[in-house]
Amino acid sequence: MKNSLLKDDTDRVDGIDKVTGKAKYFAEYQLPGITYGVLVPSTITKGTITGIDSKAAERAPGVLAVVSHLNRPEVKGYEASNTKPVPNGTLKIFYTDKIAFNGQPVAMVVADTYERAVYAAALVKVSYNKEIHATDFDENISKAKPPRNPSSAFYVRGEAEAYKNSAVTIEQEYILPTETHNPMELHGMLAHWDTENRVTVYAKTQGVKATQNTISSTFMIPMENVQVNSEFVGGGFGMALRTWPVEIAVVMAAKKVKRPVKLVITRDQMFTLVGHRPHAWQKIGLGADQDGVLKGITHHAIGQTSSYEDFTENIVNMTKFMYKSPNVNTSYKILPLDVGTPIWMRGPGEATGAFALESAMDEMAHALKMDPIAFRLKNYAETDPEKNRPFSSKYVDEAYKLGADKLGWSKRKNEPRQNKEGQWLVGYGMSTGVFSAGRGKATVRGVWYADGRLLLQSASSDIGPGTGTGMVQVAHGVLGVPVNKITFELGDSSLPPAPSQGGSATMSTVGSAVHDACTALKNNLAELAANSGMSVTDPIAEILKKNNLPSIEVTKESSPGNDQSKYSMYSFSIHFVEVKVHELTGVVKVSKIVSVGDSGKIVSPKTARSQMVGGAVGGIGMALTEESVIDHRYGKFINNNFADYHVPVNADVPDIDVIFINKPDPYTNPMGAKGMGEIALIGFSAAVANAVFNATGKRIRTLPITPDKILS
Amino acid sequence: MINFQYIRTTTSKAAVDSLGKDKTAKFIAGGTNLVDLMKRGVTAPEKLIDINNVPLKQIELKGNILHIGALATNAAVAEHAVVKQRFPLLSQALNAGASAQLRNMATVGGNMMQRTRCGYFYDITMPCNKREPGTGCGAKEGYNRMHAIFGTSEACIAVHPSDMCIALAALDAQVVIMNPKGERKISFVDFHRLPGATPEKDNNLQANEMIIRVEIPLNTLAENSYYLKVRDRASYAFALVSVAAGLELKSNRIIKVRLAMGGVAHKPWRLTEAEAFLTGKDATEVNFKLASEIALKGSKSFGQNNFKLKLAPNSIIEALNQAKSKA
Repeated sequence: MKNSLLKDDTDRVDGIDKVTGKAKYFAEYQLPGITYGVLVPSTITKGTITGIDSKAAERAPGVLAVVSHLNRPEVKGYEASNTKPVPNGTLKIFYTDKIAFNGQPVAMVVADTYERAVYAAALVKVSYNKEIHATDFDENISKAKPPRNPSSAFYVRGEAEAYKNSAVTIEQEYILPTETHNPMELHGMLAHWDTENRVTVYAKTQGVKATQNTISSTFMIPMENVQVNSEFVGGGFGMALRTWPVEIAVVMAAKKVKRPVKLVITRDQMFTLVGHRPHAWQKIGLGADQDGVLKGITHHAIGQTSSYEDFTENIVNMTKFMYKSPNVNTSYKILPLDVGTPIWMRGPGEATGAFALESAMDEMAHALKMDPIAFRLKNYAETDPEKNRPFSSKYVDEAYKLGADKLGWSKRKNEPRQNKEGQWLVGYGMSTGVFSAGRGKATVRGVWYADGRLLLQSASSDIGPGTGTGMVQVAHGVLGVPVNKITFELGDSSLPPAPSQGGSATMSTVGSAVHDACTALKNNLAELAANSGMSVTDPIAEILKKNNLPSIEVTKESSPGNDQSKYSMYSFSIHFVEVKVHELTGVVKVSKIVSVGDSGKIVSPKTARSQMVGGAVGGIGMALTEESVIDHRYGKFINNNFADYHVPVNADVPDIDVIFINKPDPYTNPMGAKGMGEIALIGFSAAVANAVFNATGKRIRTLPITPDKILS
Repeated sequence: MINFQYIRTTTSKAAVDSLGKDKTAKFIAGGTNLVDLMKRGVTAPEKLIDINNVPLKQIELKGNILHIGALATNAAVAEHAVVKQRFPLLSQALNAGASAQLRNMATVGGNMMQRTRCGYFYDITMPCNKREPGTGCGAKEGYNRMHAIFGTSEACIAVHPSDMCIALAALDAQVVIMNPKGERKISFVDFHRLPGATPEKDNNLQANEMIIRVEIPLNTLAENSYYLKVRDRASYAFALVSVAAGLELKSNRIIKVRLAMGGVAHKPWRLTEAEAFLTGKDATEVNFKLASEIALKGSKSFGQNNFKLKLAPNSIIEALNQAKSKA
């Protein structure tokens, strides 16, 4: 694999720990007196529990408790939140006899070994009063409703539905099925009450402070009485952005048995208990004049949610500003079904929306007999047409050119079915992705020791992108301390606060705080040097010795300035792919990938490149293989395992060329960086669908693009 | 987990004797399917008889017959020089199956004994006549995209999941079986069963019998054979449709042809009528197409697997094209 512009330099700071097994994940922790939880899932999809017969399970060897709504310990936060309006709240686990989705935990068996807990869980007999459930999106689509918080998704610029009046129009529907995150690491928690009022947990979380906050408010104990540890996370992709009811169940069970309880959920439970990318329906209308100038864009979307909670995401937002059209309108509704609540999955709603918009753009280019890049450039937004202000930086036009050259776009013929290698039809496609380059508030503590070591601490997370590596490189950039002398500590709720790792904001947010803390250390050292008649270029050991100090220390909170209201800040990605489609079998192979990231200054080339590679792999999954299938007669997932839910394997992934624009953004943060976790995936599936069209002349508007759809 | 006894044996006779004594005992070799089934609660043997130390790992040519011991691993067979040279179809089929890790563990006998991957069979809260006779077939009106188009019954529309077995069916293999009375030999194509009214029975192995080895006669197909596996991803996925095709060609005339399909029936599906049609004819696209139409006679789909009625004949043509072009 090649990296086209940047030299790979700094290795992952925790790379060796990860590949040698030294890195410890939550499920690997052992505590004295540890016990194991196993869930008893509901076998109905909607209704009430009429009885739980746990006698046999309780008598089984090693069993300490069978926790359910019949005997759970008091959870003060559950009672207190009863005063708030329902049902828009998290599912209160083991709280009532109500079943809201298939697989909802009815009870947790706690035993002294995992094997005994598994056995006993099978002995718990639950009886139900079954009600008619609704899990079929298509059948229930008429029940879609605006979300309780109607957000900015309802938007009109100029005239609504104006596309219909144009010379050339496109109007199409696009479907994304439910997808499940399926990181390698299973979800769960290890919890132990150190005292009546103080709990320590080992978690799989994208935010230790968020987990600390949820446990604190649910059990109504002070924040400082909740210690959350989550140094290593084996993939999150968004699913660990909230503290799920099942984690509260572990804390509850630990309270009941007064011993540490560890729960690791099973792969099939990953489909029901920890969120998913929701099924979505979209309709796009595009109108253009004969010269390819867009006159109207309309984007309507409906996303699935659960019956008890409004989950919303930004499916239609990109449509409002990506192309300059005088008339744009969008709408977004949600459809409550009897399933668990969804959660953001990498590139979240934006990836869903980009599939539709960027497919439609390709359809319009074809209708106009224009090259898809030329069509996009014709409607290029130099400034943000939604908010009427400049972009902080945008080099998408340059990215189009770089990517096209690298892929060999000139081989593409505008008419489909023109390139063939034996029985394989060859096609080329591209698309654009965009995600907000947000920055939040974070605090970093920095200690610079006389021996030159630098310790940085913040309660941030690393779900895989290489947070520590990036932060070390930011610090190195400010202070010049060699990277192997810098340690960045994260994943511990007692460290200075940082937001959860989500929305591609960690580098911008925590990186800025690292930058500011290091700058403060540098100034402090300069001051000490000046006060003692030394130069700042003198060795730190001597400056500190002269001042009789073992180290210098700062704790620095860092927040975005008001540039965020003056500029529209976005990261962009341009994906180019070549596909080969077998005429007889309908098999689609992605044979070349070029992903271009317009994400400001690249702080950590190696991990940044890995982000783009991972996004492309996820994009192949979204485009070609991933779909969580429910049998609606039972309301239950039927392909809930790694053999049947197809994430791409190595053999599905060609070499991936990653190109970075690598120009600092003047306004986002001191590093000039913009986030990139999401853009790596956003838009990718449309590039594949567009390439499949170019290869075959067949437009697939329902993902994933499997052989049956090619042959139909 | 449910407790069970575990014993080890070192001879096939001892293995068969132990099995005969205990109705709920099962052999375990690679365990790549059985352990999953036990974890999911699909099966709960009271005793596991570990046969890994029984000396049945041989892969050797005896006269005109290749003998493959039941405990030879899938990886060992696939990479064996004689198999690669004389039976490339078998090597290709094995390498198309599972993953490298699984092939290192899985054995030939175990591969033949693996159960269907039908989701309703694996989920013990769902109806399945194969797992629990009389509960109904969940797939027939449910998620049946992966399911059979040939030889289905009211009771079951599941497919046999193996790749190796498709090649062995095409290669006229024989299965050698041991029981307390001695050994018996049956044709590979008669080893697995159609579901009929007893889908709980995958094959014709009796309760006190053990697969000892597979025998494959040398053939004239090695030059022109191809295993095509069409699937949803490039590796570690079960076949939507697979085709084992072997041709003996003289100039462009088909002297001999062997065809079997996977992913379409409860057993490896040998295409004898299509073979008969092609024998003696020219290896042309037209004849391949006609053969594929003959092969589809009697097929029946169930909604989500309707596409197999097109994919299956297309795959036959593609496999024959590939086999032919190897020359």
